[in-house]
Amino acid sequence: MRVRFNVNGSEETVDDVWEGESLLYVLRERLGLPGAKNACEQGECGSCTVYLDDVPVCACLVAAGQVQGRRVRTVEGLAEGGPGDQRLDPVQEAFVEAGAVQCGFCTPGLIVQAHDLLNRVPDPDDAEIREALAGNLCRCTGYEKILDAVRLAARRKAASR
Amino acid sequence: MAAPVKSPGHVTAPGQGGVGDSPPRPDGTLKVTGEFAYASDLWMDGMLWGATLRSPHPRARIVSIDIGPALATPGVYAVLTHEDVPGTKVYGLDGTEDQPVLAMGEVRYQGEPIALVAADHPEIARRAMDRIAIEWEVLEPVTDPRAVIADPEGNRVQERGGICRHQPVRVGDVAAARREAEVVVSGEYEVGIQDQAFLGPESGLAVPAEDGGLDLYVSTQWLHNDLKQIAPCLALREDQIRMTLAGVGGAFGGREDLSMQIHAGMLALRTGRPVKMCYNRRESFFGHVHRHPAWMRYEYGATRDGRLLYADVEIVLDGGAYTSSTLNVTANAASLGVGPYEIPNIEIDAYGVYTNNPPCGAMRGFGAVQACFAYESMMDKLAAACGLSPLEVRRRNAVRQGSRLATGQVIDSPAPLAELLDRLEAMPLPPPPGPSRDIRDLPGGASQTTHGEGVVRGVGYGVGLKNICFSEGFDDYSTARVRLEVIGGEPAALVHTAAAEVGQGLVTVQAQIARTELGVQRVTIHPADTRVGDAGSSSASRQTYMTGGAVKAACEAVRAELLARAERRLGVPAADLSVQAGKIVSREAGVVASIEDVLGDEAIEATREYHHRPTQKMDPVTGQGNSHNQLALCVHRAVVDVDVELGLVKVVELAAVQDVGKIMNRQALEGQIHGGTAQGLGLALMEEIQVAGGQIRNPSFTDYLIPTVLDMPPMKLDIVEYPDPHAPYGLRGAGEPPTLSSTPAIVAAIRDATGRPLTRVPVRPEDISLAGGAE
Repeated sequence: MRVRFNVNGSEETVDDVWEGESLLYVLRERLGLPGAKNACEQGECGSCTVYLDDVPVCACLVAAGQVQGRRVRTVEGLAEGGPGDQRLDPVQEAFVEAGAVQCGFCTPGLIVQAHDLLNRVPDPDDAEIREALAGNLCRCTGYEKILDAVRLAARRKAASR
Repeated sequence: MAAPVKSPGHVTAPGQGGVGDSPPRPDGTLKVTGEFAYASDLWMDGMLWGATLRSPHPRARIVSIDIGPALATPGVYAVLTHEDVPGTKVYGLDGTEDQPVLAMGEVRYQGEPIALVAADHPEIARRAMDRIAIEWEVLEPVTDPRAVIADPEGNRVQERGGICRHQPVRVGDVAAARREAEVVVSGEYEVGIQDQAFLGPESGLAVPAEDGGLDLYVSTQWLHNDLKQIAPCLALREDQIRMTLAGVGGAFGGREDLSMQIHAGMLALRTGRPVKMCYNRRESFFGHVHRHPAWMRYEYGATRDGRLLYADVEIVLDGGAYTSSTLNVTANAASLGVGPYEIPNIEIDAYGVYTNNPPCGAMRGFGAVQACFAYESMMDKLAAACGLSPLEVRRRNAVRQGSRLATGQVIDSPAPLAELLDRLEAMPLPPPPGPSRDIRDLPGGASQTTHGEGVVRGVGYGVGLKNICFSEGFDDYSTARVRLEVIGGEPAALVHTAAAEVGQGLVTVQAQIARTELGVQRVTIHPADTRVGDAGSSSASRQTYMTGGAVKAACEAVRAELLARAERRLGVPAADLSVQAGKIVSREAGVVASIEDVLGDEAIEATREYHHRPTQKMDPVTGQGNSHNQLALCVHRAVVDVDVELGLVKVVELAAVQDVGKIMNRQALEGQIHGGTAQGLGLALMEEIQVAGGQIRNPSFTDYLIPTVLDMPPMKLDIVEYPDPHAPYGLRGAGEPPTLSSTPAIVAAIRDATGRPLTRVPVRPEDISLAGGAE
């Protein structure tokens, strides 16, 4: 089948999609956007979190056909500018600075999830951060530096307002 | 052939930061933008997808295999069995080639690979696998490791079969000490199977090369050891296989054994096309070895004031059907079986055995984790029996520099256990639970299983001792190549090693070392590959020590050559010159030249190996010998709230004190301690591969639980630095020790809250809440 949808601001048409393919597969294998990760492919780990019409979803649980005519934003679409003058989103910047990235496999999903949290709740307390990130597994960090990163990003965003 | 789209590239460390600083990771920006090329992200035009047919049975004979219908499936390019293995049909670690590349006649664990398929879509590969018809003769699996010890011959699962290693430790006279002991405590303990559960599943890309060889992009912990095992199976010379490390999504020991490497190679060689293999989570649970489950029997005797007189210990580790790391895991359990305590009389018998249960091998902590749960539980029992506090009984028996381990090895660098315990005690406790608590902080959390009624607080302690680097006589070394040249008018260093960055931050610390040793700012890390010498494994908490040591040595050689050139050019003796902040500095005259001036357009390159001091095999009868290179300590305090009615646990806080010799990068180090602590919490409370009749019951993240951000409490760290004179910069490996000590601390805290014996991890709700368990 053919699927048309908007990815990170650009209209894409994907042909020969098998009906069983997930949005995650189409992003990773057909559109060259492997930022969303394939860690469990059953919606338990959050590594494949992307925005679907501004709502974070597990891309592994969305059938490719369901995104027809809709908007998807992945971790690749968060930074502004292109190669050379890339400006990271404050959440991305904070993850690097706070040491929230180790192996980094969970990072894209966590960044999209944290990005969404800070859009909804600009100044979250720790309990709110924990609740928002509860669906994203990380095996490396024990989450301490991830919490630091989200707090740092919230402060940065507040300061720039 | 061309390189894959998205392939592992050079990473240049931004900004400044030498040894002791915490500069950002050089690969950080790539990882937060989704650009970093993990093994599962690799892609090439014309690439096929490989898939692996695995055994549904833990033990069965293959009567016949019919691949005809699978091969006839449109879109399928190859279906291979053991008959298609081009070279040696078995491989393994440590010279124990007992693992079939593909099953030959018999399968010995559930999930053992049988056949391979290459197709142009992963779903077609999966459907083709369903069409491989196998006629089975199902056999009764050997699943009781203790039965194997009782009757190794009758419970033989493969030729090596039976007992893989029995390592005794004999010190003094336990029988005599038993007669003198005023206090005797004993216990039996069990540890379930823990999974590494790294998030990036096993993946890689094999690309056939024009010379008949292969370019292999894989996520692994040890490129050269992979190569050594892969080449004979593919009937290729090692120089015909060029291995490059693809981005690794965590490892924790689970990538020490081969997974898809030989399989993808076979499919690529057969089809002449690039082949990608990428396990899903379910397959990952079958595709790598796990932490050995353990059954442990301990008896300690002591004086009335809590001084240990003897230890009598039996440890049984189930390695599954093939050897993997069981030889060395068993040695660790034996040599570290009583932990960091002085005990004059010791009898330990550690056994690693073969069964048809899931295969087990390396996982963070490597044989020391299991014993640590038991010996720390015993220290608490001894404290209770002597009327001492848990901290006091540990202080009274604590090792220090100059103490002997169970192996007779004298600890010849700082081992400040008593001080670490004092510092742990001095850390303030979290405030007691108040009346108006956020329900999310209670056991059960937002499930609202309690509003505080039936919730009891407990505090517990744990101490862990871990060997750092490879032990028992292995010639452990790493290799680094460092090149210094002027790029764009600026001196720049290129660091090239085969060491696997698995998330720990090795690329960061390599750049820090190069900055410190060469006085340059710009450092680029070459992708890890086999075009440079062996770096050893990213395991045993050894890479900052070993590859850090090699990078330091290579930088020193480059610096010596730079200063020799400066001497020729400036007429100042090299001995009076140093490099600082990009300048050549003379002792007398200050800055005399820039690095660019001296280098001109000539590069300086040096390759160096770093070996740690030799170690010895444990004596096969007494277990004695200087088997370890370095030892590291971590101590934990856990504070928990337990719903004693429902058996639910909320860990309120974890505090740790660790001696690391030298803080190379505080941010990365804290990340290691946090992460190691979290994996210890997982083992204490939730993580277990559940097995019945040799079959895994929970191969998914729905049923195998790892800690979420809601399970992890805030962590307090106190990191101390007592340099080890034998190690580069005085550093001590740091990644594993916290994984040991957090588990017993948490279990001790639950015991403190509930009075339950809790002799098995993970602790299940029913272990806490069911009546009749109280001691």
